[in-house]
Formats: sequence, C-alpha cells, structure tokens
Amino acid sequence: MLDKTGIAKRIAKEIKDGYYVNLGIGIPTLVANYIPKGINIVLQSENGLLGMGPFPFEGEEDSDLINAGKQTITTLPGSSIFDSALSFGMIRSQKVDLTILGAMEVSEYGDIANWKIPGKMVKGMGGAMDLVASAKNIIVAMQHVNKAGESKLLAECTLPLTGVKCVKKIVTELAVLEIANEGGFRLLERAPGVSVEEIRTATLGKLIIEGEIPEMQL
Amino acid sequence: MINKVVANADEAIQDITSGMTLMLGGFGLCGIPENCINALVNKNIDQLTCISNNAGIDDFGIGLMLKKRQVKKMISSYVGENAEFERQLLSGELEVELIPQGTLATRCMAAGYGMPAIFTPAGVGTEVADGKETRNFNGKDYLMEMAFDADFALVKAWKGDTAGNLIFRSTARNFNPVMAMAGKITIAEVEHLVEIGDLDPDQIHTPGIYVHRIFEGKDYEKRIEQLTVRER
Repeated sequence: MLDKTGIAKRIAKEIKDGYYVNLGIGIPTLVANYIPKGINIVLQSENGLLGMGPFPFEGEEDSDLINAGKQTITTLPGSSIFDSALSFGMIRSQKVDLTILGAMEVSEYGDIANWKIPGKMVKGMGGAMDLVASAKNIIVAMQHVNKAGESKLLAECTLPLTGVKCVKKIVTELAVLEIANEGGFRLLERAPGVSVEEIRTATLGKLIIEGEIPEMQL
Repeated sequence: MINKVVANADEAIQDITSGMTLMLGGFGLCGIPENCINALVNKNIDQLTCISNNAGIDDFGIGLMLKKRQVKKMISSYVGENAEFERQLLSGELEVELIPQGTLATRCMAAGYGMPAIFTPAGVGTEVADGKETRNFNGKDYLMEMAFDADFALVKAWKGDTAGNLIFRSTARNFNPVMAMAGKITIAEVEHLVEIGDLDPDQIHTPGIYVHRIFEGKDYEKRIEQLTVRER
C-alpha cells in the first residue's frame, strides 16, 4: 500500500518532458518533488503564474507571490505572471498538458466530485470545474476508500459533480486505474504488496481486470 | 484632465451605499484592497453583494465585513479558509453563489470588454448549470454565463499614476486587472502613486480609462495566509 508520498511518486512518472502541468491542492502538490531527473516541466498555478518554483528560503517570502493553494512560493528563470482571466484562457484553450487533482469520488465513466458535501462542507470549486471541463489529460490522486472504509470509486458519484466524463487515470494507495472508453475502472497496476482481490473489494464501480496485473515500479 | 486622485479610502468609497454590488480584487489575501475594505467596515452600510474569488479569513479582508454582517450575498469560487463564512453559509444567513474560478474571471473580463455573455464548458453537467442556457459548439456543450454588472470595483495595484494607469506586482495581479475593467466605477488603491509620465506606457497592465478614482493606500499588512519555506 502507498502512502501519500508514494502516490505522488507514482504520478510523477506520468509526466513527460516539456509538459505544462497544473497541480491541485494536497497530494498533487507533492508530485512536484518527484519529477524524474532530465524531465523539465512548467508548473501552472491558476492564480496567474507559469513557472512555479520551490518554497522560498525563510525570510525571503514575498506576500505578493503565492500559488493557488495560497502558499508562499518563488518564480524561476523563464516564469511569467498574468491575470486570472488569461490564466483560465490558457486552461480552456488546452495549452496546459496535464491536470492532477484530488477527488472525493470518481465514477466508472470518469465523472468527478470534489467540491461539496451537502449540509456539511462547502469549500467551493475554485478552479477545479474549469480545469476538468477543458483539460486534455486529467489524473486523479485520491484514497481508494474513505475513512469509514467505503469505496470512493463508484458506478455513479453520489456527491455534487465537479465535471462529467473527464478523468483519464486514477492513482490511489492501492492501484493505478484508467477509465475505459466503454465505462469501468481498468486496473493497470497494483501497489506494492496489494493483491487484485484487495483492489476488487475496495472498488464499488465496475472493475476491469485483463490478464496479469503488474506491481507498480516506483 | 479630470482629477481622479482622492485623498484616501474614506473619500473614495463615500458614495457606496447599502444594497450595492461590489467587486473586490485579490486571491486569498494576496492583492486585496485592504484600505477600501477597512473603510467599508467602518461605514454604516449593509446588504452588499460582493463579487470576490474568496471571502478573506475570519479576522482579515472580506471576513471583517462578514463578521459585521454587511454582506447579503457573496459570489465566489472558493471559501475554504473562513470558518465564519462557512457558518453563515450553512445556516442560511448568507446568500452564496459559488461559481467556477475561470467563470468568475471571465464574467469580469466580459464586462470590461463590452460583451454581454460568454460560453464556457466549466460546470456543464453539474449543479452550476442549473437554469442556464446550454449551447453546443463543435460537438461540445457550453454554458452561457452573463457578464457581471457591478456598481463599484475595488482593486489594489502596486503602482499607479494620477491618470489611473496601473501596474500590478507579481501574483497580487490575479483578479485585479479584470475587475478594474468591469466596475461602473472603479476605485484603485496603490502602494505607490506617481505623476503622469513616471510610468513606462509599455509596462502598464490596466489603462487609466478604466479607473475612475485612485489613491495611495497606507499601512499595508499584506498578510500571508500559508507561510511555506524551505531549509537553506
């Protein structure tokens, strides 16, 4: 089974040289720490920055320079800064190659829910609805089951949707799965030490298992 | 030339009254019009509709206006860091319209560009689409979203000149330029107010034609919401 770092490491392997990538809050943010050597990417932060750098050294933080998670960050040589409308312009026009975000639920058709639990929690969708509606490639980083042990990979989402038929791939603590064109979670890889049976038990939606399922390499 | 320079935030907002619709620039606490918000908090008005990406935090930014119950309705995309906001929202005391962040920005832009509406795929198939016209272009569905109609836009810039030309700094730019374009009356507070001719025309982000009032703000706190640093 993977911890959060493991999920981030596995997702980092999906990133190709030259990609423009938008990372959501939480596990997706960690992905930036595990980009393989020799792979150069540009991180987009939807509050208006391309070329997001690492956190500043203590004492060098700048209150005018934050990422979409409101964390203090730095720019890099080659960075650019722009307003919010332009930021979503480049998202809608599919200039951003890959979007990685978290989810509360994903359906077997690639629907995603991650912004609201009616009556309990309302944080808002932020830029997530814009990102999932337009991105060419969306990878979800999430826990396979919730704290009560219930599957978050469902036939249909029960929570209010963020977007429909948009998720391409999911990386959880148990597995890597892709959304099949005809619907269903196609199992691609198992996390180290996790059996296909465990994944089957943790997946409420349709799980597609074809042939031997390899253990993921980190 | 018309004089756009006012002395301070109190003078700038003097004709903002109860029930009006305001746009407030900033992302989180970054680039928010601190002086204007403090002046609004000190003014005896309420029933405001506020269009702003976030709602500040409990003790800073728009959070202060919420605490004083000056806000009837918030139009925002993300409200995660404000417990009082979430409380008022869940209890129904505060009317809230949550909309996608890109839709928020683009509805501002549309107002500033003189376009009545835009089409965006954000929110198709979700509750955001409820009651909205959907159009299909080239095989994909889009929602029609209307340009905002705000009485005032309150923005914060780094530098401005007496003609109202604005330059923003770093990611404090965010919503400020598009909101500056979108208000019927736009008030800009700046850290440095300079004379005309002091700014390079090539470097200006918001042309002064969009700005009706400008003043040099004071006592900026520029609070950091999430201080994150790395080891040396």
